[in-house]
Amino acid sequence: MSEFAPAPTPTRTTRRDAFPPNWPFRIGLLLLALYVVYASSILDLTWPRFLLGLEHGQRFLGRMFPPNVAPDKLKLLYDGMLESLQIAILASVAGTLISLPLGFASARNLSPAPLAWAARLIIVICRTFHPVIVAILFVKAVGFGALAGVLALTVASVGFISKLIGESIEEMSMKPVEALRATGASFLSVVVMAVMPQVLPRFIGFIAYELDSNLRNSALVGIVGGGGIGATLFTAFQRFDYDFVLTIVLTVIVLVMIGEIISGAMRKLFQ
Amino acid sequence: MSAPALIDAPAADGPRRWHRFSVLERIGRSTFYLLALLAIVWSFRTIEIIPEFLVDAPTQTADLFARMWPIDWKWYPKVVHPALVETLHIATLGTILAIAMAVPTALLVARNITGSIVLNNIGRFILVATRSVHAMVWALFFVAVFGPGALAGMLAIAVHSVGFTGKFLAEAIEEARPGPIEALRAAGAPPLSILIKGYWPQVKPAFLSIAVFRWDINVRESAVLGLVGGGGIGMALDSAMSNLYWDQVGLVLLVIFGVVVVTETLTTWVRSRII
Repeated sequence: MSEFAPAPTPTRTTRRDAFPPNWPFRIGLLLLALYVVYASSILDLTWPRFLLGLEHGQRFLGRMFPPNVAPDKLKLLYDGMLESLQIAILASVAGTLISLPLGFASARNLSPAPLAWAARLIIVICRTFHPVIVAILFVKAVGFGALAGVLALTVASVGFISKLIGESIEEMSMKPVEALRATGASFLSVVVMAVMPQVLPRFIGFIAYELDSNLRNSALVGIVGGGGIGATLFTAFQRFDYDFVLTIVLTVIVLVMIGEIISGAMRKLFQ
Repeated sequence: MSAPALIDAPAADGPRRWHRFSVLERIGRSTFYLLALLAIVWSFRTIEIIPEFLVDAPTQTADLFARMWPIDWKWYPKVVHPALVETLHIATLGTILAIAMAVPTALLVARNITGSIVLNNIGRFILVATRSVHAMVWALFFVAVFGPGALAGMLAIAVHSVGFTGKFLAEAIEEARPGPIEALRAAGAPPLSILIKGYWPQVKPAFLSIAVFRWDINVRESAVLGLVGGGGIGMALDSAMSNLYWDQVGLVLLVIFGVVVVTETLTTWVRSRII
């Protein structure tokens, strides 16, 4: 600064600190650090324990490699994956079928207020419980197996998709709707001719995402008895077949990636 | 809607006919519909469902709720409350650790910070891989490594959240306006100063919003980690279920419901103030 400014006595008003210290932010960081220390002590997270874990982890990783690709294991993997795929597809279909009317009902610009609030309440309830908890309840209600998984993921999809559908209907332009209403069109015609063209591309995106997340979650509901690859995975863990665990996890990752590519293509097709 | 492709059919028979989609688009869409239909039919026909269980379902469901009522409130102070506090700590610590790991990964992924495509893709692979494996599966891993308890649950939450937080953080960094960064660079600022004074002020709102949103998700996730030994309220749920104390299960479910509603209201309020 001084090389360029020949004036030897800069007054206080002309010099301004470009980067003043942000004290509230620094105090916030300090508090955060204090919280981390406090919470770590509460949860009994200690360094020796972590180091001991790393030692275990080494042995654990050693047992995972190489991934187990024995034919009988691959058969199990194939069956589990197939069932997961079926669970994901059926849950997405059922979820979409329920979400469409529910989403419409929850949009405040199309449906009367009491109906909208009732629909919102249902959506909140569906969204609040984690798919695993819903799966536990369904396993008790309909027994172990794929059906419980399908039902649990359907509930999760409904909570997720109908909220998005409702929001995108609320965000659309009301002008075509008003124009159609002015011509005396019926409610169904308004939906088909004014609402759907505006929101369909986004719906397709939601459904693609739904399929994606259902595929991922179907590995989850199996842990509590909902069928699919999750059941295979949990059994492998319990039998300490860690090399087979790695095979399953890698397959799930690859499948989810393929799913993302497909859903991307789907979105492009309908844009 | 994207711009409709207006294709005129051969004008031999009268006036030109307009179509909303090109032939290729129509073939693509029809193929897609057909494939979707086939997939649905295939799933319906081959999925294994035991009909005896289905017939039994209404009685079982009624039985389930009958056993949950009345809810056993006496159990709350002794077991559920400490477990609930542990769950909240797991979620919060996990989120903090996730952000600590996601920031360097996001910097690696952001194309305007890391110039190398190879490094970008390595970062992106880390994000996808951590995200694809569910928190509960991570918990299974960490329970096998560190033994059951809050440490395993916290690490599972942290590692699983890296993908989500890192992805959105990288997007926020890539959207930063280059003006302030160029000004800093022209003034000769070292890279760290450029990050702190150039990128951080622009990324801050998105960063806080992502952090708060992820915390909300993590509270929900950490409630179930205990089912596989990850500590927190899921442990209470698991022990109540294995003992078939359904009135206690009902209590835990109610508590989880309450906490999730409270955190969601809280995070919605905070996010509306940030953005």
